[in-house]
Amino acid sequence: MLNVEGLRKTYTGDGRAVEAIRDLTFTVPDGDLTCLVGPSGCGKTTLLKCIAGLLTPSGGTVTLDGTPVTGPPPGMAVVFQEYGRSLFPWMRVAANVELPLRQKRLPRERRRELVHESLAAVGLADAHAAYPWQLSGGMQQRVAIARAIAYEPRVLLMDEPFAAVDAQTRADLEDLIRGLWQRLGVTVLFVTHDIDEAVYLGRRVLILSSSPTVILEDLPIDLPAERDQLHTRATPRFTELRTHVYQQIQAAKNTVHADR
Amino acid sequence: MRVLKWTALPVVLIAIWWFATAGSEEFYVPPLQTIIESAPDVWTLDRLRADVLPSLLRLLAGFTLALIIGIALGVLIGGRPRVRATVEPVLEFLRAIPPPVLVPVIMLFAGIGDGMKVLVIVSGCVWPILLNAVEGVRAVDGVLTETARSYGLTGPARLWRLTLPAAGPQIVAGARQALSVAIILMVISEMFAASSGIGFTIVEFQRSFAIPEMWTGIIVLGLLGVLLSGLFRLAETAILGWYHGLRRAQKG
Repeated sequence: MLNVEGLRKTYTGDGRAVEAIRDLTFTVPDGDLTCLVGPSGCGKTTLLKCIAGLLTPSGGTVTLDGTPVTGPPPGMAVVFQEYGRSLFPWMRVAANVELPLRQKRLPRERRRELVHESLAAVGLADAHAAYPWQLSGGMQQRVAIARAIAYEPRVLLMDEPFAAVDAQTRADLEDLIRGLWQRLGVTVLFVTHDIDEAVYLGRRVLILSSSPTVILEDLPIDLPAERDQLHTRATPRFTELRTHVYQQIQAAKNTVHADR
Repeated sequence: MRVLKWTALPVVLIAIWWFATAGSEEFYVPPLQTIIESAPDVWTLDRLRADVLPSLLRLLAGFTLALIIGIALGVLIGGRPRVRATVEPVLEFLRAIPPPVLVPVIMLFAGIGDGMKVLVIVSGCVWPILLNAVEGVRAVDGVLTETARSYGLTGPARLWRLTLPAAGPQIVAGARQALSVAIILMVISEMFAASSGIGFTIVEFQRSFAIPEMWTGIIVLGLLGVLLSGLFRLAETAILGWYHGLRRAQKG
């Protein structure tokens, strides 16, 4: 279980303090798929980096299964938006996926197994020997996802992972993530600015305000578990939910502008 | 076709040299024919062993040492913004000193043996490598760094799998500059108080007015430079194959 309690983050520098996150408290139960959605520039990435142990929060705590997160925890994998910059260009695809497993000191046989399984799971079974830059953007992000799941994390953090790929690839990757989530039972925290994506993917959507960020609403998504791009997005319930989220975010933007 | 491209210009230049100096009466510019004819007598196997080999060994020792020192210090300095800000002006100052002026000074404490010559080569070669390594290490991509951190890549693994490969293109660029500096310094160090080496041989011929022989020495030096840069290119292709591929991919 991932627990975020009273999280605050204020950036200081040049004698100026910028409050990015004011006060965030939420939990992500084991096996949940929670989407964090908020207006652009609302501190989503900051929040995710605090959870991943890449940034030290100014206040509050993040705990993973009862252990406070002070640095990158072993049971967590992060998929970044910038796939082109998160894969090691000097390593072939298989080596990229294998690298974190070496750090975990897994035996060679097990590493090979995991690399094969995870690359097959993202549909890149025949890309082992390619360099990342020989692949298309969508394929590169698949490699990053394969690397994350090969790591066998308990929590998978995704920071707007599909923001930089084209719309069709994006739909494929969304389905890939839902499929992997259902199959592997991993806890997923998915950050996005795309409302449709959040509603389509999530079992639950946390709506964030503009910066300084607070949680506006914790919205369960009561769409059926089996979703597909064509039908789910056409259901009245989907439309209702996305309209609701959209209104919340619009309202959030306006409130913040009002009290400034 | 490729061979033709590589050899066309040299052939033309040699031809120009040949015909321009044919029948030259000028003492200091003998005909190329004379120079070439004297080469086999000068550059015998014994001579290669006695003069070229020591030169090459000193060059190799100096260049390798400079690589090790430059990269090690570069990693230490480049990874620490504060250290970098403190030492960078000093490095720029030291780099700006032409290494040949240090030769007499280095002779004072390192004597006139091989140690001095290697030290001279190191003192000149280390700067381009060091400054490029500092820059390369500093510029490691932020997303890549965070990826490495989040997957627990620390210590030696981080150095070998993240920092050094990421800084590799810059380091190699520095090493390429350093190699040409090394050749120059190899020759210069042998012109002071030496008893063997290519530089020594050339100076000896000069002083005894053996002009065609002197020219052969200069040609040998040039060929050596070509050979070394060829070897460097091979090493670069092996180390930076990924980088050239990436660059081509980005250009589309």
